[in-house]
Amino acid sequence: MHMQKRIKINERPASERIKDFKSVVLGYNPEQARQEALRCLQCKNPTCVAGCPVEINIPGFIKALAEDDPAAAIAILKDKNNLPSVCGRVCPQEEQCELKCVLQKKGEPVAIGNLERYAADWEKNKSNPGINVATASNNGIKVAVVGSGPAGLTCAGDLAKKGFAVTVFESLHRAGGVLRYGIPEFRLPAAILDDELRYLESIGVRFVVNALIGRTKTVAELFNEGFRAVFIGTGAGLPAFPGVPGENLNHIYSANEFLVRVNLMRAFEFPRYDTPVYVGKKVAVIGGGNTAMDAARTARRMGAGNVTIIYRRSENEMPARREEIAHAREEGIEFLMLTNPVSFHGDDKGFVQQVECVKMELGAPDASGRRSPAAIAGSNFTLAIDTAIIAIGMSPNPLLISLTPGISTDNRGRLIVDDNLMTTMPGVFAGGDITGGETVIQAMGMGKKAARAIENFLR
Amino acid sequence: MYKIITKTRLAASINRLDVQAPEIAGRARPGQFVVLRVNDTGERIPLTVAGQDPAGGTISLIFQETGKTTRALAQLSAGDSIRDILGPLGTPTKIEHIGNVVVIGGGVGAAEVLPVAKAFKAAGNTVTGIVGARSRELIILENELKAACDKLYITTDDGSSGRKGFVSDVLKEIIAGNAAIGLVYAVGPVPMMRVVANITREAGIKTTVSLNPIMLDGTGMCGVCRVRVGDMVKFACVDGPEFDAHQVQWDELISRLAGFRQEEKISVEQHAPGCTCKKE
Repeated sequence: MHMQKRIKINERPASERIKDFKSVVLGYNPEQARQEALRCLQCKNPTCVAGCPVEINIPGFIKALAEDDPAAAIAILKDKNNLPSVCGRVCPQEEQCELKCVLQKKGEPVAIGNLERYAADWEKNKSNPGINVATASNNGIKVAVVGSGPAGLTCAGDLAKKGFAVTVFESLHRAGGVLRYGIPEFRLPAAILDDELRYLESIGVRFVVNALIGRTKTVAELFNEGFRAVFIGTGAGLPAFPGVPGENLNHIYSANEFLVRVNLMRAFEFPRYDTPVYVGKKVAVIGGGNTAMDAARTARRMGAGNVTIIYRRSENEMPARREEIAHAREEGIEFLMLTNPVSFHGDDKGFVQQVECVKMELGAPDASGRRSPAAIAGSNFTLAIDTAIIAIGMSPNPLLISLTPGISTDNRGRLIVDDNLMTTMPGVFAGGDITGGETVIQAMGMGKKAARAIENFLR
Repeated sequence: MYKIITKTRLAASINRLDVQAPEIAGRARPGQFVVLRVNDTGERIPLTVAGQDPAGGTISLIFQETGKTTRALAQLSAGDSIRDILGPLGTPTKIEHIGNVVVIGGGVGAAEVLPVAKAFKAAGNTVTGIVGARSRELIILENELKAACDKLYITTDDGSSGRKGFVSDVLKEIIAGNAAIGLVYAVGPVPMMRVVANITREAGIKTTVSLNPIMLDGTGMCGVCRVRVGDMVKFACVDGPEFDAHQVQWDELISRLAGFRQEEKISVEQHAPGCTCKKE
């Protein structure tokens, strides 16, 4: 049997999209969605569901789309997933649900992410009625969620559906965590995130911003205020720096600083918005993950003529999504692989002018299976730059932990949790990057699991 | 939203706002700060908690008009609100019984040493205060500081009030007078803190400074406030803002404070009253 190819999703051409921060991917039209949905074989024992950390009834919602019933599709999605329009956009489906699709073996898997996105966007269209999802009646039991990123939002949404009185505490002035400050508008528009947050509010989740738990109030005080359980989803917000000479020169940013300025503070609209950001003509982005891709593509949109990603391993080892690497390439981002910065040089006023790099070669695989890179002696060279963005990783934010006696961490600063995601402090649960998760969907899966565990704990 | 209860003009370009922020008022300790955003298009800026009234639920913010945001803040009146205030942030000052403590405030830094001076005094120390400004009009909180210190020296660059000269001149004299000083605590412009650090290093007196690098989130997630202290890179918002003055890499701090000077200028011009420049 000849297998139909997956329906390509509509995207704006690179030449147009690098001039603004609007969405790169435009999504399916109704007919495209229906055609793609018809490719699903409706497996009796669907393997795709096992690939989804939040266990969406994938064949169910796709069947509804094939029958041209997006309202039913979104209801099925929201039964398990509180943020479908986010997940449809930012999940690495190629490593999750779509990897497990049986069509993957013979050809292209069903575009589950694109279809999820289609259904969620359909609901956002104002002419469509909002979908009511069954929620338990309020049981009056208060649960605090610390951090409003993907883990916290998922946990909060699930607890609210179970009838708990949930309050989410966020230290920044807007909720969303990395979905707000990290992932750029051209991948996840702020308006889409706002809609998702409004949905959570509509099912009873309360948000308190400008609240840094540990400083504004402690975890112990949350219990004193009547919260019966606490979920910590404070993420991996501590940026790593390479520790090389010159890294504190001006116009060298952590990716977090750069992205917070542009995304959260809207520095791309400076001076209408007050927060400044400087992006020069020649930008080096250090790192090979999604954060590096986001930073590089953002710099390009801020007017940088030349953006180079410098990564110490080869493209095979790049942790970024293939789709985003391809998008970056289309947008003219250059890649300098097997290269590592050894120092930055600046002018007499302390502004960066050059990055000095060394060529790398890959050695034997390490314990984690990745081949560790080693510098090639004498291969140093310099690259003229006027801006650098460091995106070499993040570790768990240590602040809350250091201010909360009773919570233990491992030697990498991650919260130690048991099988039920409970920390070493009774009644305090944790999930997402703070416990070692790495992706949005993993964080959401842990948020979901923690909500179940909290429900069991409080019964 | 955080409501302004009272506004007090302390000097030509220095205002005090007492703002409703009960949770911060109940918790802030000397040396801590907040990060605030005036309105929806605003930037986040750090300001020290210069005073607090836990019963009334207010904190005092004292600031000098130096750019776009502090000017916007100065435009607000009692009854207006500040969009966002996050705090208290930073590691509190280590208050202990030392003996003789000298606190030094340069310019608006006088407001920042006030809660620290009070706390050291309450801990049983003999507190000597030195505050300096360009001229008499810029001296703030004189009575409050007098009450908080056992002895208060005032200096002005032009001699229009107190002693003519710099806070460092008085500090040198006190040291020369053989007073056994256990700690010098200084807040103010970077050049002033650096001069103080150089004097006390030579005299072998432990010195703490409260640094003022550029900040964004104020919670340790971005590193724009990174400072080199000895061999270590520290984030001033969580590891500080107070550090051992003798370990601070002052040149780097000064350089990093100029990181956005061009953009700051554009922002001020763009928002100047009567400005006819076109928005992009």
